[in-house]
Amino acid sequence: MTSTAPTTDVAAYVLRLGDDALVLAQRLGEWAAKSPTIEEDVALLNVGLDLLGQARSLLARAAELEGRGRGEDDLAYFRDEREFTNAQLFELENGDFGRTMARQLLASAWHVGVYDALSDSADEGLAAVAAKAVKEARYHLDHAATWVVRLGDGTDESHRRMQAGLDDVWPFAAELFEVDPLVERMVAAGVAADPRSLEPAWRSAVESVLAQATLSVPETTWAPTGGRSGVHIEAFGYLLAEMQHIARSHPGASW
Amino acid sequence: MTSFAPDVAEVRTALDAVTDPEIPVVTIADLGILREVEVAEDGAVEVTITPTYSGCPAMQEIAADVQQVLAQHGWAGRVRTTLSPAWTTDWITDRGREALRRHGIAPPGPRNDGPVLVQLGRPSWQPACPLCGSTDTEETSRFSSTSCKSLWRCRSCREPFDHFKSH
Repeated sequence: MTSTAPTTDVAAYVLRLGDDALVLAQRLGEWAAKSPTIEEDVALLNVGLDLLGQARSLLARAAELEGRGRGEDDLAYFRDEREFTNAQLFELENGDFGRTMARQLLASAWHVGVYDALSDSADEGLAAVAAKAVKEARYHLDHAATWVVRLGDGTDESHRRMQAGLDDVWPFAAELFEVDPLVERMVAAGVAADPRSLEPAWRSAVESVLAQATLSVPETTWAPTGGRSGVHIEAFGYLLAEMQHIARSHPGASW
Repeated sequence: MTSFAPDVAEVRTALDAVTDPEIPVVTIADLGILREVEVAEDGAVEVTITPTYSGCPAMQEIAADVQQVLAQHGWAGRVRTTLSPAWTTDWITDRGREALRRHGIAPPGPRNDGPVLVQLGRPSWQPACPLCGSTDTEETSRFSSTSCKSLWRCRSCREPFDHFKSH
């Protein structure tokens, strides 16, 4: 069964989730061969691989709903910056390892909540992807939380850098909980998870980790936004250039 | 091409030849990757498989291996991938668990499907060492050579080993 909501709306909503996962997977891939340890290299790329798998399923579902004959690769490689609707949190530059883990903590805690809720989505295709993805997200959250505590409650230097990374990425989390007309319509149709109902659990999961990590919850001084309508940070264009250039230089190539 | 519609049991037996490309000691049936085998009205065999992890890179190879087995038997067939219901380690059969253990991979333990919860510190459950059987083991890395495994070390016999994560 599929939902009765207009498929263009559902496609747009699913695309947001797919872009979130795709862009974060690409960022994590940048750690290849640069992580602090070989085990962590494998870990970051495994998390990225899970996210890439989720992105492929989500983009494929969005393409199917859209019904314009495009596939997952068309959506990943042949859209321009302003057509990507991921939240800006996911595209933030890696920075140091602490900043990457801060971003991962906020992102994974969001994914656990949103995928869990979407397991009951009125869109069956989306529900299937979410039910699979939530288990992976739990593992990612656990991994990020372990590092945040280890670094936050570590040496003076690791604490300082963990807090600095957290302070940098923190304001970008607000965008995850924004409600725009598309989300309103999708919540009403039973397709989307209501971000407002996800925020308390997200906040309590994140804050419990920060407390154990002896880190302070940053004060929110500004609220960057715009990712959902295609407005991105400067670094995003460079990410897309790296991700898309082979597909665009050799259209239709296979190996 | 002429083909004779086989019965489902015959196909299942034939598909026991298909193993996981990354863990070649275990069949896809014993891992729970092989979800369904049906013979459609037109006589075509329809095989449904499901990924262990969303990003599992082995799915295409498994689908190709299944197609090859069908072709070897002269059966026309299709391979379909489904995500729902989501695969869990509960789909691994007892025979699959034993095969993992013999191969030096500690099989998965109980699953934890709770809501948002963050458990820190040592895992509450530790796999027994697949080599000496000791439960005095410790996790060295949450991620191992494939998404579905973590890396452990036995404190009794000192050997490192892979553990198929509960999922």
